[in-house]
Order: sequence, then C-alpha cells, then structure tokens
Amino acid sequence: MTPQQKLTAYRTIVTKEILRFARIWIQTVLPPMITTALYFIIFGNLIGSQIGDMDGVRYMEFIIPGLIMMAVITNSYANVVSSFFSSKFQRHIEEMLVSPVPNYVIVLGFISGGVARGITCGIAVTAVSLFFSPLNIHSLPVMLSMILLTAVLFSLAGLINAVFAKSFDDISIVPTFVLTPLTYLGGIFYSISMLPEFWQQVSLANPILYMINAFRYGFLGITDISLWASYGISLAFIAALYGISLWLLRTGKGIRS
Amino acid sequence: MTMTPALAIDDLRKTYRNGHVALKGISLGVAQGDFFALLGPNGAGKTTAIGIVTSLVNKTAGTVKIFGHDIDTDLTAAKSCIGLVPQEFNFNQFEPVEEIIANQAGFYGIPRDEARQRTEKYLHRLGLWEKRRGMARELSGGMKRRLMIARALVHEPRLLILDEPTAGVDIEIRRSMWEFLREINAGGTTIILTTHYLEEAESLCRNVAIIDEGELIEHTSTRRLLNTLHMETFVLDIEQPLETLPDLPQHELRLVDECTLEVDINRGDPVNAVFSDLGARGINVLSMRNKANRLEQLFVNLLADTGSGGAGT
Repeated sequence: MTPQQKLTAYRTIVTKEILRFARIWIQTVLPPMITTALYFIIFGNLIGSQIGDMDGVRYMEFIIPGLIMMAVITNSYANVVSSFFSSKFQRHIEEMLVSPVPNYVIVLGFISGGVARGITCGIAVTAVSLFFSPLNIHSLPVMLSMILLTAVLFSLAGLINAVFAKSFDDISIVPTFVLTPLTYLGGIFYSISMLPEFWQQVSLANPILYMINAFRYGFLGITDISLWASYGISLAFIAALYGISLWLLRTGKGIRS
Repeated sequence: MTMTPALAIDDLRKTYRNGHVALKGISLGVAQGDFFALLGPNGAGKTTAIGIVTSLVNKTAGTVKIFGHDIDTDLTAAKSCIGLVPQEFNFNQFEPVEEIIANQAGFYGIPRDEARQRTEKYLHRLGLWEKRRGMARELSGGMKRRLMIARALVHEPRLLILDEPTAGVDIEIRRSMWEFLREINAGGTTIILTTHYLEEAESLCRNVAIIDEGELIEHTSTRRLLNTLHMETFVLDIEQPLETLPDLPQHELRLVDECTLEVDINRGDPVNAVFSDLGARGINVLSMRNKANRLEQLFVNLLADTGSGGAGT
C-alpha cells in the first residue's frame, strides 16, 4: 500500500470508530457527565465544603482534574476494549484482517477512536465542572499533552484486553478489579502527602497517580510527583503496550486460528 | 511462457492447537480466469484452506502464492488480489449497509469519493440499493449473502473466493447469484467457490478439487469428474507383460504396471467389447475385478453426512 492508501485506511477506521460511539452517545458520552456531576455535588460541594483546602486550593478545584482524568481513562479504555472485542465476537474484524491494511494502521485506528471518545468525555466532564467552579489553567501544554498520553495509554491497554478476552465477562474484569481501584487510589480525591510514608511509597507504584498529578499540575500548578517522572512513566508504558499490541496482531493471538 | 496461476498451493498443512489435523499437505493450482470449485464434506478442510489463503488462519507448513505473491514474503500484495465471501455473516449487524461496503473499500486504500461510487455500483448490481441506509441486521438471509458479495467486490479483486455462498439461499436467489458470478468471471475475475451442491459446481465451474479429511483426493476438470461419476473402473490382470499401452482409442485404458490394465466403462455398457479388442491384439485377460469408485463413494458419504438425501445433486 502507498502512504496515501494507508492514510485512507487509517481515516476509515477512525471514522468508523467515532461514528460507533457517537451513534450510541447516550451510552458512551452522557454517563460520565452524570456520574461526575454527582461527584461534584457530593464530594465537591457537600463534603468538600467541610474539608476546606487541599494543597492550598479549594477541595472542589482539587478534585476536578482527577475526575476529568478518570473519565478519560475509563472511556478510552472502554471504547477500544468493547469495540475491538465486539468486532472479534461478530467476526467483522475479519474485514480488516483480509485487507492489506498494515497492523500498525489497525492499532493506530482503534487507538485514535479510543482517544477521541476519551477526550470527548473529558471535554464533557470539564463542561459539567464549569457549573461548580471556574476553569483554572496553569499550563495548557502540560494539560493537553498529559490528557493525550493518558488516553493513548489506556486505549492501548483496552486493545490488549480485547485481544485476550474470550467472553464479555473478560472485558469487564480488568476495568472492575484493576482500573477502577487504581484510579480511585491514584490521588483523585486526596494528595498522597496525606498518607503515611509507607503508603506514599506504595502509591508510587500506581502509574495512574503520575498521570493525574501531572494533569492537576496543568490545571492548578500543584503536583505530588515530578513532571519528568510522569512523562517518563507514561511514554514508557505507551511504548511497551504499543509493542505488545503490534506483536499480538502480527502473531494473530486471539484473532487468528 | 506460462501464465502465473491465480492460486498456487504447495504441501499446505494445518494442525490446530488442540491437535486436530485439518490439512495434511494439499497441493493445487488454479489458473487465472478459472471458475474453480473446492468440494468436500463438512470438516474436510475447505474452510481451513480458504482461511489460510486469506490469512485468517495461520498455516503450519507449506506455501501459498496468489498471482505469484507468496503470503509469507509478500502478504500485502497477495491480500490486495483477493476478495472473500465467507461462510458465516461477518459484518457489523449494527452498521448501515452502504457504510459496510464503503468502509471495506477504505481498508484497501480506496479514497472516500471513489469508494462511494463503487458502493453505489455494487449495491445496484446486487439489488441492495433500496436497502442502503438500513442496518445490516434488518436484511433477509439472501440479502446478507449479497451484501457480503458486494463487500468482497468493492475493491475489484482479481481472485474472488466464496465459501458456500448459496448455503441456505432459496433456488431463485441461488440462480440469480450464479448468473451474477458468471458475469464477474466473464469479466476476467478468477473465482473459487466451495460448495456442497454438485449441481452448483457442475453449472458454474470448469475445474474442481475434492478435499476429504484434510487430503486432496481429486483435482480435475468438472467434465472429467462428472464422467468419472458415471463410469465404473475395472482392473484387468493380463497374461503377458506389456511395455506400452495398447493402441485402443475406443477404450479408456491405463497401464498400471506391466501386468495390470485399468479400463473405464460407462455404467450399463457391455464389457465384452474390451475383451474382444484386447484379444484381437493378443492380450489375454486372466481375471477382472471392479475398482471401487472413490469419487462416487465420496459423494455418497457426503450426502449421508448432510442427511439431505440428494438435495442439490
């Protein structure tokens, strides 16, 4: 295939993926808006008013970046895992597998779909947050780059989950038992400086902590973690997961007999 | 100079992870422009063979070349030549018909505007234009089959592979699909189809291969296959060793070894003439036995497997 043909194939996959979640926006975009609105009301307004400041900012402002990031993480992951697994389950992944589209274009296409949904939900949640607090932006480049890297990383993770999944149960196990706990323990609602030393060290093993803190820096200029560590961890995970994804598609694990 | 075959398979083997040996080393060729049937009972290995050719199944050993492009070394070019109509419906049931086809064109790198034009062309040709905006799940079984044919043709492949395209389709639609496939073939597209229906192979295909239990048991022209089905083969043990086949063009004779001849005789024809003509050449027959007709046996088995009692033959 020529580069132009590959670009056409990539655009086709991305458009297909965006149309897929856009058609079912009530299931894909609306729920994170409602969920985070409840978080803002309960944790931000009701409980937050009792907590006072966190790291020198209002508690409501403190949790906004984490809640946006949570929407990005769960939705970029959910988009790719459900789309790729459905295409395996209904066997229409074969439409791509019989065509000459290279594996890396397939990976990039699905990832872009996941990023599109993650960022769409991130924007939707940000819009909801405006009802509760004005938008502070300390560093737009950090904010945008970190949201993009996070969406890419969790889209790749979703793809790998989908490749190994054999049933619909398998695509909910990781989000329920791994992703959600790591997200909640990743410093959405608290600063790790509040934790005892031992648990601070344990928290550093959670990659989501690095992303949420860097993203919070983009909004508020405060972070528990060095920005370089956040970028380093994110890029390292992306490189590793991308390599694994390509290897899985090349060897046909879970998609070829 | 010989033309590169549309498909060349050599010693193709497939053993699944559970130990099931689906293909035991089949070799066959399909000429460019041919209309070729791959026959065999359920579980014979037809779909596995097609899966390997279209890169949906990983092979265990052997080589596959599509218009000279080896799938091990030149997979992209090989894939570009093929259009596949699989046995099972494998499109997104929740996508509009026209999007399914246009997207497939996109996967082959065809720009969106051209993809739209081709989509319109094939939807018209397959009688699906009125259904273009409907969801695929709303189509009838026959329409879904036609949708998969349109999707396979949208990038205008040189080799079209159809895995049991008329299974479960009523006779009227089946015949209209045959007519359409003849037109496609007449336009220069090589077609390979697998089928349970001998009538389908007889009506459409010039050459056939028969696979049974992962082995190629016949690879011949349709005409010869059909002749074979109406013949009995007799094995003749002769008194004097022969170095060459006796010149008796009125009989289908083969020299198996220097003391054994085989002859094909149409069912119902007398065998006396063979003895008379051989005797006239000084060749005495010591004994004669009927050689089991493996092709006929295969199709008897095939019908028994499907329990159809002869449907479609």
